[in-house]
Amino acid sequence: MSSNSNLTTMRRLVEQLKLEASVERIKVSQAAAELQQYCLQNACKDALLVGVPAGSNPFREPRSCTLL
Amino acid sequence: MANEGLRDNETLSSLKNESETLKCKLEEERAKLHDVEPFLSVFFFQQDGKVIVWDAFTTNKEHAVTMPCTWVMACAYAPSGCAIACGGLDNKCSVYPLTFDKNENMAAKKKSVAMHTNYLSACSFTNSDMQILTSSGDGTCALWDVESGQLLQSFHGHAADVLCLDLAPSETGNTFVSGGCDKKAMVWDLRSGQCIQSFETHDSDINSVRYYPSGDAFASASDDATCRLYDLRADREVAIYSKESIIFGASSVDFSLSGRLLFTGYNDYTINVWDVLKGTRVSILFGHENRVSTLRVSPDGTAFCSGSWDHTLRVAVGHQRTRPPAKFIFHSGPERPPQFIKSSATAIIHADSPC
Repeated sequence: MSSNSNLTTMRRLVEQLKLEASVERIKVSQAAAELQQYCLQNACKDALLVGVPAGSNPFREPRSCTLL
Repeated sequence: MANEGLRDNETLSSLKNESETLKCKLEEERAKLHDVEPFLSVFFFQQDGKVIVWDAFTTNKEHAVTMPCTWVMACAYAPSGCAIACGGLDNKCSVYPLTFDKNENMAAKKKSVAMHTNYLSACSFTNSDMQILTSSGDGTCALWDVESGQLLQSFHGHAADVLCLDLAPSETGNTFVSGGCDKKAMVWDLRSGQCIQSFETHDSDINSVRYYPSGDAFASASDDATCRLYDLRADREVAIYSKESIIFGASSVDFSLSGRLLFTGYNDYTINVWDVLKGTRVSILFGHENRVSTLRVSPDGTAFCSGSWDHTLRVAVGHQRTRPPAKFIFHSGPERPPQFIKSSATAIIHADSPC
């Protein structure tokens, strides 16, 4: 019966929303601070952020040698 | 007959009212904690369908597998590097063991693992070679045992095609995030199949989702021309990366190693690099001659690779405009998700569709 399936769907939706509403949340200021802290802690390891010394770039164009 | 299934005091309209109230309550609860303005930031296939594994340093092809189906939309590397998984319009995800023996026919050893009722949009191995997570145009995600092909868990909740998924970094537990055509990003518990959080702030399809390196947040890229950052513990969107001048959909997104930079590929052929914390654009990269369909940062964070409908994959080290992209890899079809294996971009795997 379509009214029964609507009912089941709605009931499931209500249950899901109750579950989501009960999630424990922290303040945005705290969450933002923690994201920022993670970034700063790992910034030195981030090659795309701090750059890679030209000599160790594995993708650099191979240079030819000149024989003197 | 009409009252069958109803509990005391329960009617369809009362349930509707309750769900509306709960939705409002959810928004209120989230808003209560909004105390500050958040941050103001190589499978490839040809006509008959091939998946190719490239060496990113030498640009040599390491493996090539011919697929029976012509449209491959998803591919993934096994953590061990010994197998690949791919699938697409065949509605399946198949696993191929990789072999360097030229005499062995990789396609013959193929194992069909996942079966959906619509196209496979994304796939990913979990922590081991033994399980695969898939997402599909049939609106579901599913977890499969590779050896037996058995369905271990299915994830229902999206109201339309699921386009992308990403597993949480292994230290943070058993969850994954999915994004779909219903504009929702949903976070799931792998073991129970339960949706634990959902976010609906985009205005259009979500094409790509990627976890922040710490696992506490994730970013999404959407056809609404924005990328957004959602914090899982604050349970809300905390940043939006957009500009009035950016009007084309974002197809792909990935973080740099520290999570400070967000690399995003767009349908206007560009790649934008955002400062995650400040919400500002740091760099815009040109070079592709058609829409950028996919983008990934290497596991050790030294390089990133972008794939495009211009039939190329480009690997770049650094995003400063003075440094040109380091290598060009050419092949003959639009790009699907590349994935780096091991360290330092030693190989790229990507899937390609026929023109």
